[in-house]
Amino acid sequence: MEHQNINLSLKVWRQKNSNSKGAFETYKVNNISTEMSFLEMFDVMNEELITEGKDPVTFDHDCREGICGACSMYINGKPHGPWEANTTCQLHMRAFKDGETIVVEPWRANAFPVIKDLMVDRSAFDRIIQAGGYISVNTGNAVDGNSMPIEKDKADASFAAAMCIGCGACVAACKNSSAMLFLSAKVSHLALLPQGDPERSTRVINMVAQMDKEGFGACTNTGACEATCPKEISITNIARLNQEYLLASFTADK
Amino acid sequence: MTWKQVFTSSVGKKLTMGFTGIFLILFLVIHAGLNACIWANDGGEMFNAGAHFMGSNWVPRILEIGLFAGLLLHIIQGLMLEMSNRSKRATGYAVAYGNGGSKWYSRSMGLLGTIILLFLVLHLSDFWYPNRSSQGFLLGEEINLFTKMQQEFSELWVVIVYVLGCISLGYHLAHGFQSAFRTVGVHNKRYNLMLMTLGYAYSIVIPLAFAMMPVSMYLGWVH
Ligand code: SF4
Ligand code: FES
Repeated sequence: MEHQNINLSLKVWRQKNSNSKGAFETYKVNNISTEMSFLEMFDVMNEELITEGKDPVTFDHDCREGICGACSMYINGKPHGPWEANTTCQLHMRAFKDGETIVVEPWRANAFPVIKDLMVDRSAFDRIIQAGGYISVNTGNAVDGNSMPIEKDKADASFAAAMCIGCGACVAACKNSSAMLFLSAKVSHLALLPQGDPERSTRVINMVAQMDKEGFGACTNTGACEATCPKEISITNIARLNQEYLLASFTADK
Repeated sequence: MTWKQVFTSSVGKKLTMGFTGIFLILFLVIHAGLNACIWANDGGEMFNAGAHFMGSNWVPRILEIGLFAGLLLHIIQGLMLEMSNRSKRATGYAVAYGNGGSKWYSRSMGLLGTIILLFLVLHLSDFWYPNRSSQGFLLGEEINLFTKMQQEFSELWVVIVYVLGCISLGYHLAHGFQSAFRTVGVHNKRYNLMLMTLGYAYSIVIPLAFAMMPVSMYLGWVH
């Protein structure tokens, strides 16, 4: 596609802190190269705001190559914007037309309170992972990698689940603000492997309990999470989690 | 983990929805099958015999208690989940995600369920209550359920309300059938396609059969 410069209107959510009431503000950004990423466009706008002596828009970002899950913007009614299987940092301005108005909102969920502007607190995800408590402690000599055979399709399914970058788009997209796609990815990638097997029932029980404590909703299998997930985590993982949970509830000691 | 913890967790509440949902799905097959006897066109003889059996034999009467328990659980837990899920996002979006990622009926299970509930109140007071009370709750003679159906469905508005109830049921099942099985943990590839096909087929065939009953009575196809 040919390189172009476009002018845009941005309707951005501004909010001072988690206690204040936010509101939309509209900014004009001109001369944006279609080869820029969405975040670079925000950088350009923030530079201008700083020169004008105004408060730049706060947003999360880190790797800018689609692997860390930090970037989180709800763009024109979809987490991470219009492209499929994509993160905000990997969204390019050629996705938009000259003169377009783009509405940018933070992830909305009580469990993800806004810290400032477009930045939300996703530490609830960290606490869910902690509740799963998996660590490897290697002692003695390294084991031969081939000494533990793993079926190919299990390894593949586990790897596909382990692709989750914890961005929270699934929660943002879900009408119930449910974290089940994220949680099911975390539960699945361990439950499918021998390493995760010894603690698989306590893990699923504790992680679900923590998820409920954090105030996420219950899953109703609408599939909005899967459609928006940048890593294409399959909703099948949620059904697997349900099975893990049901089995764990039958075999629990008390 | 105690059973209480299981069934008060978000996943456990969904298990309740899934299991009761599947139970109700099974019930609908029996209900539709028995009612299809009206099409025997024998003046309602076969249908009335079935209705008499369901009301007088103790096996279906005991099962009926289970049915009401399952139904109530499904309704109460469903409404509670809907309210709780709605409360999880205090500030909504300016631009909705809409149909881009999910089907409208999958997001409207609470609404569709509520419509079905309202329909059910009407439906039970139309048929179940007068029939059961004449069968021995209270004294009196057993009513002719077939004639009762013919009377009810001679009114156009009743027929329309019943058809609308069946359409809501169809959409509720179009999502509910697959969702129920996923919720109770079916995730194997070999069943996914089967459940999807079966789910859509079921959600068309069963509500259609039900809708055709008032329609064919109204149009005088049954006598
Ligand atoms: S499941 Fe997908 S959308 Fe959800 S946190 Fe993981 S990568 Fe993000
Ligand atoms: S900034 Fe790391 S995934 Fe977007």
